[in-house]
Amino acid sequence: MPPLDIPWGPLLILLPLIAAMACFLWPRRGVPLALATALAVVAGVAGLGQQVLAQGGQRHAVGGWGAPLGIDLFADGLSLLMLAVTAVAGLAVSVYSWGYFKADQARYFWPLWLFLWAALNALFLSADIFNLYVTLELLGLAAVALVALAGGAEAVSGAMRYLLVSLLGSLAYLLGVVLLYHAHGSLDMAILAERVTASPVAGVAMGLMVAGLLLKTALFPLHFWLPPAHASAPAPVSALLSALVVKASFYLLLRLWLDVFPPASAALAQLLGLLGAVAVLWGGLLALRQTRLKMLIAYSTVAQLGYLFLAFPLASVIGWRGALYMLLSHAAAKTAMFMAAGNILRFGGHDRIVDLDRVVQRLPLTITAFGLAGVSIMGLPPSGGFVAKWLLLEAAIRSAQWWWGIILVVGGLLSAIWVFRVIGYAFTRAGMPHEARAVPPAMEWAALAMAVLAILLGLVAPWPLALMEIGQPFGGEGGG
Amino acid sequence: MSGSAALPLLVLASSLLPGLVIFFLPEARVATRTMLNLAGAVLKLALVGVMIWGVFHGAHYEIRLPLLPGLDLLLRADPLSMLFVTLSSFLWLVTTVYAIGYLEGSPHRSRFFGFFSLCVTATVGVALAGNLITFLVFYELLTLATYPLVVHRGTDEARRAGRTYLIYTIAGGALLLVGTVWLYTLTGSLAFTARGFLSGLDESRHGALVLIFVLLIGGLGVKAALVPLHGWLPQAMVAPAPVSALLHAVAVVKAGAFGIVRVVHDVYGTQFSASLGVALPLAVAAAATIVYGSVRALFQDDLKRRLAFSTVSQVSYIVLGVAIIGPLAAIGGLAHLVHQGLMKITLFFCAGNLAETLGIHKISEMNGVGRRMPWTMVAFTIGAFGMIGAPPLVGFISKWYLGLGALEAGQGWVVWVLAVSSALNAAYFLPILYAAWFKAPAGAWPAERSFGRRETAWALLVPPLVTAFLVLALGLLALAPFSPLQWAAFIGNLEYAP
Repeated sequence: MPPLDIPWGPLLILLPLIAAMACFLWPRRGVPLALATALAVVAGVAGLGQQVLAQGGQRHAVGGWGAPLGIDLFADGLSLLMLAVTAVAGLAVSVYSWGYFKADQARYFWPLWLFLWAALNALFLSADIFNLYVTLELLGLAAVALVALAGGAEAVSGAMRYLLVSLLGSLAYLLGVVLLYHAHGSLDMAILAERVTASPVAGVAMGLMVAGLLLKTALFPLHFWLPPAHASAPAPVSALLSALVVKASFYLLLRLWLDVFPPASAALAQLLGLLGAVAVLWGGLLALRQTRLKMLIAYSTVAQLGYLFLAFPLASVIGWRGALYMLLSHAAAKTAMFMAAGNILRFGGHDRIVDLDRVVQRLPLTITAFGLAGVSIMGLPPSGGFVAKWLLLEAAIRSAQWWWGIILVVGGLLSAIWVFRVIGYAFTRAGMPHEARAVPPAMEWAALAMAVLAILLGLVAPWPLALMEIGQPFGGEGGG
Repeated sequence: MSGSAALPLLVLASSLLPGLVIFFLPEARVATRTMLNLAGAVLKLALVGVMIWGVFHGAHYEIRLPLLPGLDLLLRADPLSMLFVTLSSFLWLVTTVYAIGYLEGSPHRSRFFGFFSLCVTATVGVALAGNLITFLVFYELLTLATYPLVVHRGTDEARRAGRTYLIYTIAGGALLLVGTVWLYTLTGSLAFTARGFLSGLDESRHGALVLIFVLLIGGLGVKAALVPLHGWLPQAMVAPAPVSALLHAVAVVKAGAFGIVRVVHDVYGTQFSASLGVALPLAVAAAATIVYGSVRALFQDDLKRRLAFSTVSQVSYIVLGVAIIGPLAAIGGLAHLVHQGLMKITLFFCAGNLAETLGIHKISEMNGVGRRMPWTMVAFTIGAFGMIGAPPLVGFISKWYLGLGALEAGQGWVVWVLAVSSALNAAYFLPILYAAWFKAPAGAWPAERSFGRRETAWALLVPPLVTAFLVLALGLLALAPFSPLQWAAFIGNLEYAP
């Protein structure tokens, strides 16, 4: 036992929650409060990380908080990784938003964002499927409100659609929870893991929960809501949604898949892989056809989410590692990319790709951020995206399912084409020159920092890969 | 040990760090930028000199950083890498001087020189890579770092050329990646080993190994401009002259050719490549490229495009040399790696001088240019005769060893290819020389700039003269110690000596 046994888990949830309320009460203090909270959360994750590194998986029973829920917090390498991604991306988004929002939007943004952060942290730390439902619902509501923040018909209709999808997804998940509870008398994941066997009830519950989570993760063909919502939201919100919110439901799906669900579902795994493959191709093709930068980036998220599902049919430790590394580097890269798009939008007043008008010379930091993030998205070395692609390819070849490898390669080519299409137009002059507005340095540097992180992830891979295996979240199955 | 192990890293850093600093320099800081560039280039050359001496005396320079579980980023200096490192470092210095003169007064020089340094860093990384994944990392980095140079001028034409360039190179990179991962799953190792590391694999794997060979060569062949993967190269000619010189003589095409040498020598091994039956098809592809490139070059009126097709043809000499599978041919091919670099960079420098000074871009505009720019055209003439293979220039040395090697390996058909190619080389270079020296000028030059009594700026004139001098000197002194030919023999020994 280390000398200071601080309960970091609950703190990571309470801190942003309290800060959210404080921001709501004192809207003028939003920026300093939020930045201080962001730093504190980063420190908290580091503290928790130290405990997990020293002692392995951490279980923390929170006493005196709603007894029927019986809240049990749990942290292993995987949850730690998700918390860390959220903390780092959250810090960058906070810095970015400092420059982005004017006072009238800021008074709603900060409380909502901190609330979203609390929900995310709670989701990654929960070990109880009902508790997870609650966090999922809170997360969805906060995200919808953030989308609507942009105002205007586009954003409101995007937000409405998002709201319906989010509710429907949670509802399906909740039905699954009810069925499992009814059949097995527990909500705790560890207990369920021992009790759940292949049975019709478990099958139906699993189907409902998977479907609900797929809807929230926007896997093809359930992706229809994502591009309008992500593209119409304010840039920092788009970054949060693409980088973190859709990943949260994927994380939950992965947890259930690995721990709770009976391991018989090879056909379902193949189906998930197939949908992921179609998502990679479909998202990539539609990204190529977009004329607006933010819409393009949103479609690329659809494609990149598809990669995550390729790990299901591969079902090996290498495959899971690859998918999670993809999640990690996509979070960093996509945050950077949406931020860069936000800068371009602020700078020129539009995000039409063919009219980028020499952004290379006029916003060099931003376009560098876009380019570096693009390197990771298309999976070229050295970047986190490359490591992920390598691992997934390796898993595909080792399990003699080379067709998934073809999807990986083709998906990478598609992203390369659109990334360089954007960069190419950033070098040339537009037909109609337009007025330029200044972009605050905080916005440019935040984007660049996340992009550099996406590249650095390609050089430090052994470390996060070792981290995510603490507590053996992938179990002993499929040695590779 | 620790000090010398860091040498490969220092060689990389000597261009990487100045490059990164240059990105942030304001446009107007010309002196600082020039000094950083030159200091980096000179320092790199000095470090390479130290390494050559060490490698020749059997020293090992090796540094690893963990990249993936079980795979390291490995930088290592062996004789083959030194050949390429020396070429790139030296030509970087020369091209830097040239580029400083060429870009004088043009916009966005910080960006240009920043990416220029990154290109050299990537090239040196390709050369020093000690295993296939390290090679892959730097190979892709090179693709990325050259793109902004191709589109540097920011015109729609440049953007389209950049797109073509990327579609080819990124698709090639993808093939290389798949081949590399597949190889890794079969062997669990990717470290370059003299005479290869695959011959011990079970026979049931041989089918897969042939496929992997096709994937690897397909990926590398894009940059080496093997027909039919060469389409990007003539288009990339819209880039500024120093970039064309760098792309064509040093960085990109050589990275591809060098990679093919690595795969044949240090992954498959020459004997195993031959017994697997993949060497002969590679030699045939190289021969086809040699003839095809020369034929296409005949019909180009744009000077840089003619040179580009000539590059397509000449780079395949290197591939042909290793694919013949015989010590003398390998020596010829490896020496040509350096020789072709020197000749082609001379020609591109000269083409750039003609364009910058007189506005000449087409061969039909070159009548009588020898009298207006005698020194430039002397350098051009030496380069062109070298390409044709006239003794005692370096091009002759390459062709001589290739021919001898082919006969020694019992592949007489190669000699015919060499003969046809030389005839074609003469057919597309001699008319240029004739027009330049013996025809009367048509009148005013398209866009003449005056440099006083000199024919052009010093910074533009000295680099081609230096490289042209080397084309002559290294041909005459081919048997001197540390000449490219001798170094190639040193490498050939490692692969072929009993």
